Amino acid sequence: MAAVAPAHWGPKTHDATAGQTVGPFFAYGTEFERMNEIAFPHSPGAIVLGGTVFQGDGAPIPDAIIEVWGADVDGSIPRARGSRKRDGHTFTGYGRTFTDDEGHWEFWTRAPGATEPGRPAFFAVIVYARGLPSKLHTRIYLPDDEAALAADPFLASLDDDERASLIATRTPEGLRHDFRLQGEHETVFLAF
Amino acid sequence: MTEPAAAPESLLASPDQLTQREITQEIVDLHAAFAAREAAGETLPATMLDFAPYRSSVLRHPTKNPKLVDPETIELRSPAYGQRDVAAIESDLTIQHAGEPLGERMTVQGRLLDSWGRPVANQLVEIWQANAAGRYIHQRDQHPAPLDPNFTGAGRIVTNERGEYKFTTIKPGPYPWKNHVNAWRPAHIHFSVFGTGFTQRIVTQMYFPGDPLFALDPIYNTIHRQRDRDNLVATYDHDLTTPEFSTGYRWDIVVDGPDATWFEPEAGEH
Ligand SMILES: [Fe+2]
Repeated sequence: MAAVAPAHWGPKTHDATAGQTVGPFFAYGTEFERMNEIAFPHSPGAIVLGGTVFQGDGAPIPDAIIEVWGADVDGSIPRARGSRKRDGHTFTGYGRTFTDDEGHWEFWTRAPGATEPGRPAFFAVIVYARGLPSKLHTRIYLPDDEAALAADPFLASLDDDERASLIATRTPEGLRHDFRLQGEHETVFLAF
Repeated sequence: MTEPAAAPESLLASPDQLTQREITQEIVDLHAAFAAREAAGETLPATMLDFAPYRSSVLRHPTKNPKLVDPETIELRSPAYGQRDVAAIESDLTIQHAGEPLGERMTVQGRLLDSWGRPVANQLVEIWQANAAGRYIHQRDQHPAPLDPNFTGAGRIVTNERGEYKFTTIKPGPYPWKNHVNAWRPAHIHFSVFGTGFTQRIVTQMYFPGDPLFALDPIYNTIHRQRDRDNLVATYDHDLTTPEFSTGYRWDIVVDGPDATWFEPEAGEH
């Protein structure tokens, strides 16, 4: 699959709307109930996925939004509605959370399966923050399938430090992953 | 719903506190430098992440270019929304309290489109904004303008089959912030939008025509091309103005791409 549009669509005719910062006052506008409970807490297969967001001087960022979108454990793409009105059992694959005063964020979710056989599994992630002029896309790869990670051409194109910035660490509760927006061990961000 | 604890005000005020004249000159110089790079053949993103006049970006912008990757299956789809995910009342920000909010009642409506102008149906559009006095209900906004007990300033809607959305609200006021001395944001409404693919997700801000603060605002000017900045400005449309009730603005939102579809085979693939 190539990142190109089908030829018969022709050239793009409309300018994409440019992104802007979420600013400091997003909380009351973008919060919804149980927004970080992509999987119902403690339900079968539910894990805690969490970490910290850091800025260039190593200080945590207390006003970031993290969004996660991932496949179900079998690699299927969730098509169920209800991310915004959770019913307590349906897995919609999508969640949103804000960092706390220590820059920490976390979700209850499920570890995604590979969407295609042999591919390394990952969560699609977007980071927003006050002071960040537009969104940042990244991925959180699961650490378990070392063969699939090693065989991935994109991951193979990165140096060790860059690759490490995209792969989560196992914890007793699930997975831990930090984002560093700038500086040493800077997270790899993506353009499509 | 609970608010996160307030950050110390010191986190929000930039330490150097330049004058508006100095900030405006930085903006002019950076725009000229970006235009020169594009004239020399470089392709720059619409929004510049490294934009020092916006002081809180200095420690928060990545220093490396993003890695260009082919989107994978999950990134080409997005969460599913439907008309029942939000209530009709959630798109009218003027009827969420016992009384009516103060200020200029207005509607903003438009279409959510892809890069070929095709409507993007059944996607979530969320907005948040200051009240008519320029004050956010958020507790970190402590500037001395009044809160309005009849206005929260948050709304949401799911686009219809034609990709249309419509909000009824109050025109937000401009507001001061602590980026530099005497810094004021042009009046704006924050928008958060989903497309059919997660790569198309955008958070942005909509502005109002003719705002005298445009050239002074580091955030608006993180978008370095005039044409892209103009695209964030709504159009006043008298046909959308309702007699003796509300003024009407039109603003279309275009999500980027999709640059690939996994459900529609490319030419030659069957
Ligand atoms: Fe704002």
